[in-house]
Amino acid sequence: MDINKKFADDFAANGVDFITTVPCKQLAGVIEELERRDDIFHIPSNKEDEGMGLCAGAHMGGKRAAIIMQNTALGVTINTLATLIQYYRMPLPMLISYRGELGEPVACQVEMAVHTKGLLAQLNIPTYHFHRPEDVAEFDAILKYTFMCNKPVAILTDATFWGGYDGEGDAK
Amino acid sequence: MIRSEVLKEIAPIIRDELIVCNIGIPSQELHAIDDQPTNFYMLGTMGLASSIGLGLALAQDKNVIAIDGDGSVLTNLGTLPTIANNAAGNFTLLIVDNGSYGSTGDQPTYAGMKTSLSKVAEACGCENVVECRAEDTGEVLEAALAGDEMTIIVCKCESGNAKMPVITMDPVVIKDRFMKAVQA
Ligand SMILES: [Mg+2]
Repeated sequence: MDINKKFADDFAANGVDFITTVPCKQLAGVIEELERRDDIFHIPSNKEDEGMGLCAGAHMGGKRAAIIMQNTALGVTINTLATLIQYYRMPLPMLISYRGELGEPVACQVEMAVHTKGLLAQLNIPTYHFHRPEDVAEFDAILKYTFMCNKPVAILTDATFWGGYDGEGDAK
Repeated sequence: MIRSEVLKEIAPIIRDELIVCNIGIPSQELHAIDDQPTNFYMLGTMGLASSIGLGLALAQDKNVIAIDGDGSVLTNLGTLPTIANNAAGNFTLLIVDNGSYGSTGDQPTYAGMKTSLSKVAEACGCENVVECRAEDTGEVLEAALAGDEMTIIVCKCESGNAKMPVITMDPVVIKDRFMKAVQA
């Protein structure tokens, strides 16, 4: 199984065809996969709150939208999550690279990692943490859950999770 | 002319178009002047009107006009490269540039000083940028709607606000009404 293709396939199977991304090294393969395929419209954004604005518009235009981002940017999206996505009841899968966890080489990444789950909990955002490679099996159900309840939902993917796959995206 | 006078003048032109209207007094003014189901009022989230408008324009075929402000565009300048590089022919960004943060008490913005938003938009790659006097906004907007090219309009107007009531409609009602109008 190619993990990057698995994420994109699950998005596509759930009708998610509008995805905005702000890059992270861990997510490079997924972003490349989105860019490659034509059943999903990929629109890079310059900042995560901007990306959520794009998703809000796409949602109101009848699309299922998602954002792919890094956890360090969670802080800049708090107001947007509270006053746009949650206030107007919009579904938004947030596939998040969870930097600053076990295996992290960059100390500064830990500084936002220690706040990540706390901020999500404070916002009452349903949060799933992919740690083992096999955790990805739940992704399809999480997408269905997101569009069932019309909420932003966070999927945190850490280095141990990504470390279970090789450079091609195959399980080690 | 101040923003509310511009909105009054363009109200008949934008009546049946999909509008994403900026947070604060702009939304209050548009709501009071001509409330329509085709209006999406932002109640929070300063800066994202242009992003929401672009997402909406890319997601469906109807014309979309985002009514934004100079202060709000400055707070989300990253929107302009995204708009330029994902040009949607059905999208018009109308920046009402009064050189001030109107909703917070008319503090001056840099757009009223050395910074030219139309030049910034051009430098970001927007190919069809029109800067106009407040008096000419209706005419420029009609031309933008008639064409099939994405247009960024920077309408230079005077600073000032009309006294209008706060919007008390529930956000979910605003969205539901708007989404039905999008689908109609
Ligand atoms: Mg202003």
